[in-house]
Amino acid sequence: MGVLQLLISGLANGCVYGLIALGFVLIYKATEAVNFAQGDFMMLGAFVTLGLVNPEYMGIPFWVALPFVFLIMGVLGYLLDLIVLRAVFGQSQVAVIILTIAIGFIIRFVVGVIWGHEPQSLQSPLALGDVRLGSLVLGLADVAVIIVTLLMTVALWQFFQRTKIGLAMQAASQNQMAAYYMGIPVKRVQGMVWALAGIVAAVAGILYASKGSIDPTAGFIGIKAFAAAVIGGFGSLPGALMGGLIVGLIEPFAARYLPPGYSQIAPYALLIAVLLFRPHGLFAQVRAKKV
Amino acid sequence: MSLLELQGVTLKFGGLTAVNNLTLKVEEGEVFALVGPNGAGKSTVFNLISRFYTPVSGTIRFDGKDLLKLASHEVPSLGIARTFQNIELFHQATVLQNLLVGRHRHRQASLIPQLLHLPSVRSEERAHRVAVEEVIDFLDLQPYRDKLIAGLPYGVRKVVELGRALASQPRLLLVDEPASGLSVEETQNMRWWLDDIRRQMGITVLMVEHDMGLVGKVSDRVMALADGAQLALGTPAEVQSHPKVIEAYLGTGAISKTANAAGERV
Amino acid sequence: MRFHFKTSYDQDINLFIDARKAVSYGLLVAAAFALPFVIDDFYLGEATNVLIWAIAGLGLMLLTGQTGQASLGHSAFMALGCYATVLMIEAGVPFLLALPLAGIITGVVGALIAIPALKLHGVYLAIATLALAILADDIIVLLGPWTGGVNGKIAPDIVIFGQALNRWSNPVEWYYVVLVVTIIVTLFYRNLLRAPMGRAFAAVRDSEISAQAMGVDVARTKTIAFGLSCAITGVGGAFMGMFAGAFNNETFNFLLSIQLLMMIVVGGLGFIHGAFLGAVVIAFLPQLLSIVSDTIGGGVAIPGLEAAVFGGILILFLLFEPMGLYGRWLKIKVFLELFPFARKDMFKRQKSYLKTERLR
Repeated sequence: MGVLQLLISGLANGCVYGLIALGFVLIYKATEAVNFAQGDFMMLGAFVTLGLVNPEYMGIPFWVALPFVFLIMGVLGYLLDLIVLRAVFGQSQVAVIILTIAIGFIIRFVVGVIWGHEPQSLQSPLALGDVRLGSLVLGLADVAVIIVTLLMTVALWQFFQRTKIGLAMQAASQNQMAAYYMGIPVKRVQGMVWALAGIVAAVAGILYASKGSIDPTAGFIGIKAFAAAVIGGFGSLPGALMGGLIVGLIEPFAARYLPPGYSQIAPYALLIAVLLFRPHGLFAQVRAKKV
Repeated sequence: MSLLELQGVTLKFGGLTAVNNLTLKVEEGEVFALVGPNGAGKSTVFNLISRFYTPVSGTIRFDGKDLLKLASHEVPSLGIARTFQNIELFHQATVLQNLLVGRHRHRQASLIPQLLHLPSVRSEERAHRVAVEEVIDFLDLQPYRDKLIAGLPYGVRKVVELGRALASQPRLLLVDEPASGLSVEETQNMRWWLDDIRRQMGITVLMVEHDMGLVGKVSDRVMALADGAQLALGTPAEVQSHPKVIEAYLGTGAISKTANAAGERV
Repeated sequence: MRFHFKTSYDQDINLFIDARKAVSYGLLVAAAFALPFVIDDFYLGEATNVLIWAIAGLGLMLLTGQTGQASLGHSAFMALGCYATVLMIEAGVPFLLALPLAGIITGVVGALIAIPALKLHGVYLAIATLALAILADDIIVLLGPWTGGVNGKIAPDIVIFGQALNRWSNPVEWYYVVLVVTIIVTLFYRNLLRAPMGRAFAAVRDSEISAQAMGVDVARTKTIAFGLSCAITGVGGAFMGMFAGAFNNETFNFLLSIQLLMMIVVGGLGFIHGAFLGAVVIAFLPQLLSIVSDTIGGGVAIPGLEAAVFGGILILFLLFEPMGLYGRWLKIKVFLELFPFARKDMFKRQKSYLKTERLR
């Protein structure tokens, strides 16, 4: 495979990691909770789409199904915050971490029960197959994934800059107390952030499933997304995306140039290196607690 | 030589000067109060002494030793203990355990003897309990000894925090707003305790307090701060009637009124 | 409800607050020693399994319950403890020396890793340790010449004073070995809690700022906590691998760390009892589920069921009983002691507020 191919497929993977990391950071910024189930959210989003779109299930046209996917994932995210996360507010961070991991286990189980454990592929308009340019084989799906991620980033950017709810989310994540005093319904906004994270996860899931097959254990790639989030610096949304791209790029190149066995290690080795030398990520915003 | 000496200390947060060329001397055995409006830099002075912040210039000496050479966890070993403005206790531990943490600077046993609970550990523990029970008796904390901090009312927590500082048997006690949020009776108790701490235990006290009534009753000297710099220094009465202080608190034109009010309160 | 009038300083220092407590725990230990005479080999194996999980759980509890640090990487230290023990036994080191040595090695490695890792807070630490757990899996494979890689290793017999104890043919002796180690670890844990170090742990957990102001070296305390935690968990891991008979990189998969963390949360974070109660749940849940699925599902194994049920149990506990099984037990005890005078609001949860890591 040529370097360009490695680059494209790495970037495409990186986009998925980046989008998962984005959801992770969104929730962290707004609520200081960490959603270790974000990878499983992604997987769930893919399966919900698959369940609606694929002919062996409901067979709804993709573009008709898409709003429903976003609705379902958004409502799910909101309800999760409302019913579970809000109830453990004030408990230790350990509790929240392990809680979201448990939610991930349950999502994985439920998906397995509903859609089975066999790898399946999504009938997605993005699954375009390969194109040959001389000796070069480009996965069109990969290119599409990169383009969709770019569009998604621009849309999110606009959302945070232009819409009232986006601005409220920004305010609430920067200073909850002040936002509350300014009349922003912080709790509802936090629920909205969870909903938004659910939608972003759905997009990531659709992109992931367009590139290949998906099965209930796909949520484990969330772990790479956490690495991406840390590498990018936890508080930063662009950082999360960048971190995702870095992790995505490292993998194929490490697989190509490192001896076998070492390539899986590469992203985590980078993660640990970043934590050692730039503990707050490459795009850091460090603050200390005030006494 | 003063017990505590801050000499020309300046601290900046970004562009903001929190403490500006401040010189402050606390003599052994006195109660010294820092007063001033919010944001004057009073608690920042405490955090400088605790080594949470490092000044951009100036020296801080305690008993002749350079505090700036120490890390914050090494400061207590010299005999400096403190309380916090917004109570920083160990919430999931009992009152007794909180006070015992105050004994941390006196600990001797290393890890292995502790794991094995050797007789030396037990006798050391017993000594810690003796010291802590004295503090409990002094501050009337007996009813709360085995209660978790998380379930205690605000006023009691304030006392526990004072107790934790006392349990370390300090030479210098830094108390940050001991009376804030306390009822009239609790403030009264606090006043007697502060008196006893100085008179019976011989501990030097540096305190930040807004309640000028309390400041007037317990302190020997008062320094008024504004914008991180000294405004006035002297006895409580002198500082309270100092025109600059009145101006800083109330703005110009209120001088005569406050002078009367201050006279009544002292 | 009994009241304890304070008559001596030793009262707070002793292992048990009064004679009644001492007798009841004495009876518990006696019962544990009598267990092999009461139950058959299968259930004795299960009991051994519970104790092994309890040892590993105590290790993580020390870190998470006492110092408030989350680790998702303890499976790596279980692996280290296990491989270290077995490799030393194979090199001719007697078991009685190899096991504590492996604990020490794991502890030292843990402490070395902790020095940079513990500068990280909450989430960062969780992710860093998770990465460590995943790396451990790959590293075991890369170190194939020593670790046996994916083929794994066959656990040797435990040899004590010339007696070879096989995991399958000597279940009773095996149980006693694990029981004695469990008791020793529990005693160490308890001793630590009543000594300055244990209080420093709590201080670091509840307020790093004021811990510093009281002279506690936060970084050092955390490092020691991490090291001790790894040492204990390493011993648990050694038993777990040897009890399995054979083990490889998959035995100490990162999911094991997550199970371990879930276990201590369900049991009751911060309590020694919590580690044991959690261990009972985690050891018997698969048994229970297989019985249930045998009766209703015709014995078809459903993948992920165990993890999901355990996750569900965990969520229910966090929602309704954050202090875990042990917390529930304490409440029942108070209710019975005060009966019929217990009031519902006595157990009302104290509203605590989120401790923010952020400045504003």
